[in-house]
Formats: sequence, C-alpha cells, structure tokens
Amino acid sequence: MDSDDEFNSSQGSEDEFMNDQDSDVSIGDADDGEFLVLRPKKSVNKFRWLDSDIDIDEGDGGFESQDKDIKSSKHSYEVDFTVYSPEQIQEHQNSQIGEVGNILGQPPEATAILLRHARWNKERLIESYMDRTEEVLESAGLGESASDPPKIEKIKGFACDICCEDEPGLESFAMKCGHRFCVDCYKHYLQTKIKDEGEAARIRCPGDGCNRIVDSKSLDFLVSDNLKDRYQELLTRTYVDDKDNLRWCPAPNCEFAVECGVKDKELAKIVPTVHCDCGHFFCFGCSLTDHQPAPCSLVKKWLKKCEDDSETANWISANTKECPKCHSTIEKNGGCNHMTCRKCRHEFCWMCMGIWSEHGTSWYNCNRFEEKSGSEARDAQAKSRQSLERYLHYYNRYANHEQSAKLDKDIYLKTEKKMSQLQISTGMSWIEVQFLESASQALQQCRQTLKWTYAFAYYLARNNQTEIFEDNQKDLEMAVENLSEMFEKPIDQLESLKVEMMDKTAYCNKRRIILLNDTAENLKSSNWEFNVVLS
Amino acid sequence: MLASKRLQKELLKMHAHLPPGIDIVSTDDLKEWLMDIRVLDPNPLYQNEVYRLKFSFSKSYPIEAPEVVFVQDTNRPIPWHPHIYSNGIICLDLLDRQGWSPVHNVESICVSLQSMLTGNTKKERPPGDDNFVKYNTQRPRDINFLFHDNSV
Ligand SMILES: [Zn+2]
Ligand SMILES: [Zn+2]
Ligand SMILES: [Zn+2]
Ligand SMILES: [Zn+2]
Ligand SMILES: [Zn+2]
Ligand SMILES: [Zn+2]
Repeated sequence: MDSDDEFNSSQGSEDEFMNDQDSDVSIGDADDGEFLVLRPKKSVNKFRWLDSDIDIDEGDGGFESQDKDIKSSKHSYEVDFTVYSPEQIQEHQNSQIGEVGNILGQPPEATAILLRHARWNKERLIESYMDRTEEVLESAGLGESASDPPKIEKIKGFACDICCEDEPGLESFAMKCGHRFCVDCYKHYLQTKIKDEGEAARIRCPGDGCNRIVDSKSLDFLVSDNLKDRYQELLTRTYVDDKDNLRWCPAPNCEFAVECGVKDKELAKIVPTVHCDCGHFFCFGCSLTDHQPAPCSLVKKWLKKCEDDSETANWISANTKECPKCHSTIEKNGGCNHMTCRKCRHEFCWMCMGIWSEHGTSWYNCNRFEEKSGSEARDAQAKSRQSLERYLHYYNRYANHEQSAKLDKDIYLKTEKKMSQLQISTGMSWIEVQFLESASQALQQCRQTLKWTYAFAYYLARNNQTEIFEDNQKDLEMAVENLSEMFEKPIDQLESLKVEMMDKTAYCNKRRIILLNDTAENLKSSNWEFNVVLS
Repeated sequence: MLASKRLQKELLKMHAHLPPGIDIVSTDDLKEWLMDIRVLDPNPLYQNEVYRLKFSFSKSYPIEAPEVVFVQDTNRPIPWHPHIYSNGIICLDLLDRQGWSPVHNVESICVSLQSMLTGNTKKERPPGDDNFVKYNTQRPRDINFLFHDNSV
C-alpha cells in the first residue's frame, strides 16, 4: 500500500466515521494492488424532478421493483462509495485535529495548519513531527511556538509597506515572523484572499517571500464574522480537496461529498460512477456527469474533439475545402471558382481542385474535371473527408441522444401536468401514476449511457469483442426508442398502456445493465482495443 | 481608494528618484501605466534595445498583483526570454497570485524584470509559444503558469 492508503487503514475515531471496519469493509484485489471497498451505508430511492426532492420509501408502490434490483445486488459496472454531509465532514475534521493535537501537544489552530500542510496525512505528520519538530513547524509556516495571543499594536516610527502610510498612532499587526502592516491593509489583504481568491488553508503572510501561514487565531482576530463563515467553509473544502478518496458532488448547490476508493491510476480500467444523496450521478474520477461506459480519458478526448470540431465540422462539409497545397481551410464566399489561398497564395479551381493555370481563360466555368492535378487533390480531400465523416457518424448519434433526452424530459414534464388531471378524472392515486416518472427516469439514464457508447465506439478498434458491444448498443437503442415512442401517445391512452410501459421501462433498464456489465468487465480485463492511448 | 492612494505615493517617489534603465512613459490615470526598461549590462541579446511595459491596476492593487505585459511598438520589441511569450505575456512567479506580495510596487517589478533579462543567455521563447499566442484569450492573471523552472 502506498501512503495514500493510510487514511483507510488508520485507527481511531475516523474509522467510525469513514467506514465500519467490522462489517462493511472488504479488501479487494485490483490488478495493481490492494484497494478498499466501502459499501454505501444507505440506499434511499430519491428522484429529483422540477427541483423538488421526493423521497419514496421502499415498498411504497409497484414501480420500484426494477430499481430495487439495481440497488441490492452489485453489478460489475458499479463501485462502492459513501456520501457524507458537510456536518459529518466538519465533525471528522475536528476529531482528527483534536486527536493529533493531543499527540503533538499543539493547540488546535496550529494542529489544523500542520494537518492541512501535511494534506491530512496524520501518520506522516506525526512521524515527521517527532523526528524533526523544528523543520516541520518551519515548513508549515509556524516557526517558533504559536501560542501567544495575537494583538494590535501602535509602534513609533512605523510605516506600512502596503499603503505607505506612516502617520503616528497607526494601528498595526504582525505575526511571529515580524512582518508588520497596518491593520487596514492586513484586513484588506485577508478579505481579498478569502472572498475573491477563495483561499483559506494556505494564506501566507503578506510580506515578500515570507512563508508563514496566517493561523486561524490571527484570522479570527482580524476578519469580520461573515468572512469567518466563508473561511470555515473554505477550510472544510480544502479537507475534501486534499483527500484523494473524497470528492465534492459537482451538482449546483449540493453540499455533499462522496468517498470512493477508486484511484486515479485505475481509471483506465474502471469508470467509477457514484450517486450522490441529492440524486446526481457523477464520475468520481473526473467529476463529470455519469459517462459510463466510456473511461475518463476517452471522455476528455472526445469532449475536446467536439469542442474543436463541432462548430466547424458542419460548415466545413458544406462550405469549405482544404487548399490542395498547404491544407489550410478555405471558405468559399462568392460564386467565382478561381480560388486563391490566403495563406500560401496557391491558385486553384474550386470545382475540380486543380491548378488554376491549367484552366486557361475559362475562369467562370470548369470543364477540366479529369485533370491529373485535380484528381490527386480530390483524393487527398476525400481522405480527410472520410475521417471527418467517421467522426460525424458517431457525433451525430451522440448529439442525437443528448438532444432526445432533453425532448423526453420536456414531454415528461408536460405529461406530469396532465397526469395530475388524470388523477382527478380517473381516481388513480399519485403513486399509481408514478410509472411515468420511472419511465422517464429510465429514458434519461439510458440515453445518457447510449450517448457515451458512441464516444466509446469512436475510439474503439475492431476486435472480436466489438460485435457483442454493437449488438448491446443496438438492443438498448431499440428498447429506448420503443419506450420513447410511448411517451408521445395521447394522455387518455396512458392509463391503458401502464403495464406495457412498465414492461418496456424494465426492459430498458435491463438492457442498460447488460451493456454496462459487458463494457465494464472487458475494460477491467483489458479486452478492448482503442485507437488512442488511454491515460 | 487604497489603489489610488498607493499609486500616487509611488508616482511621487518615482518622480523623485528612479534606478538607472527605468523610465516613466505615461501615468495619465491610475489604471494603466507605461514604463520603459533597458538592460544595463552588455548582454548581446538586449543591447541597444528598449522595452515597453504596460501595467494595469485593479481596484485591489497592491493587495492584488498588477497585470504586467511587454507591449510592442516601433523601436520597442518584445525581448527574447524563455519566460516571455511573443505576445508580451510574462511568466514570472512574482506576478502570479502565489508569488505576489503587496509589498512589491511598480519600481520593484521593473527591477525584477531587468534582472530577469540580465541573467538570461537563451534567445528562446517559452515552449508552445506558437499555440499559446494563437489561442490564448485569457487575461494574464487568469493563466495558471507552471513555474517549474525558476532558474531563468
Ligand atoms: Zn497599510
Ligand atoms: Zn511574514
Ligand atoms: Zn449531490
Ligand atoms: Zn470520469
Ligand atoms: Zn494554401
Ligand atoms: Zn476546375
């Protein structure tokens, strides 16, 4: 185990918080060493629609059956994780500070600085502190003992190096390092760091080249209460930021953090999608919205490619060609076929891509389509077209599912409104009409998966595994389109379609699991070949 | 408030005295200043050349670092340096959020840049200069430079 694992193997209060060693932890064997598997503590079915959370107790209706199946048994594509609230994170942080402070004999403020400086690796901190106390204190910016209470002083002949004021009676402040500034400047400095730059754990003394960290006691002394709250918030943030096995849920306004044992180096073999208590599914590896089955590095490449190509790809195919000589892109903006490349000044014919000089004076009309210079250039053009077309093939399908997911959701939201009317007219209970919501949720999730199968496929090189993948993709796609179609049925037919719709929903979910299990298993055992290097 | 007070004081001081090789070009307002610097040593890379620096100050100056770039003009080239991009953007930890101290000022920045040039012997641009100059749309303060090589 490397040092990053110490967090998981350490003793004491943190174990109660982060994992239940006796019951919930198992040691799994990954290809490159051991890793800890943490089981989620609770499984609450929580759906988020229209910005409202609806908690549904298990066993409350008929529609959750397929959902339960997914939760209760672990599939190959699923990873273990735990969700924590900000209070739990704070609590844990405080208990670690208390515990380590006792061992080191340092007050909580200094201990907090030391722990943050050691990136919360307490074993390493304690060990190095015992060996080289002075050095550790110095490098954490604590220098000599930090026990004296901070105070504001008026010093004769003092001039502030920040504002250059030197009036007598100027109030000033300095930490142990002795870099003294007027109180206004110090406050202004801390405020900018906390409010504008979002810094907390590593705010240094304003003095040039001084590495002393502003401790929380000095900070409390100098900043206003509302800034202190922000400071505490930021400190809590750094705790999670510093830990490799903790990550914030990226959903807007969500304050939960997720713990997961998957390491960066495993990301070419695992796509660790986690499910926050707020309902958001995201990738623990890169924090993007769930992108299974595509590994993080492919997702990154794909998104970059789309960003670079998407706006251009469309009009490139219609309105532009490459200069046959220097391959820079040329846009045709007039009717004349005589083109001059802006970059290399090469003159050629737009129609046949041949050298212009071979055209004589018939500049308004190309009649030299079979000229050699032209056909070679057309070949080159065709080649780059081909790779563009390949990309567009996958991109269009990728984009189509993204778009369709939005449309499905729109339809669902409209339907939901009508459903409440239906409830009134047919006397169906609220829970009885929820089959629509599970159908909509399944559609969203399956389309999200399908979308990424196309990015995955774009980078996939053919081998004997790819056929199964393509079949799975096709099956899921068909299942999704079938279910999606039912959404467009008039509302008065929906009641009679309930059973069929629930069947199709279950089928979609099943196809998705089959596809994800297959891709995950083959990814883990390196059975996929990609035409790019996975990093 | 702090920025304008501080800048006025700096200006007074610089009008009274400036180190050799540093000249004020324009300080018309308290938002943007132009300064000229020369390298005093006989460094063949920079001999007989004068470089123009543009300082842009935010309201939070000097708590926040100013934005400092070399600007090109007739007779004012962009100096060669492995930390200076050909569009004038400077990669210097002193001007970065992490390296900046509010104790610094326009004069001390000029002096630092002077000595950064003086010590350089490489007629080079930073790696990836072409792409950076072509695609960078960020303001210098928003760029995260990696200061992996502080020896130059
Ligand atoms: Zn001051
Ligand atoms: Zn200091
Ligand atoms: Zn969340
Ligand atoms: Zn990812
Ligand atoms: Zn050309
Ligand atoms: Zn032609």
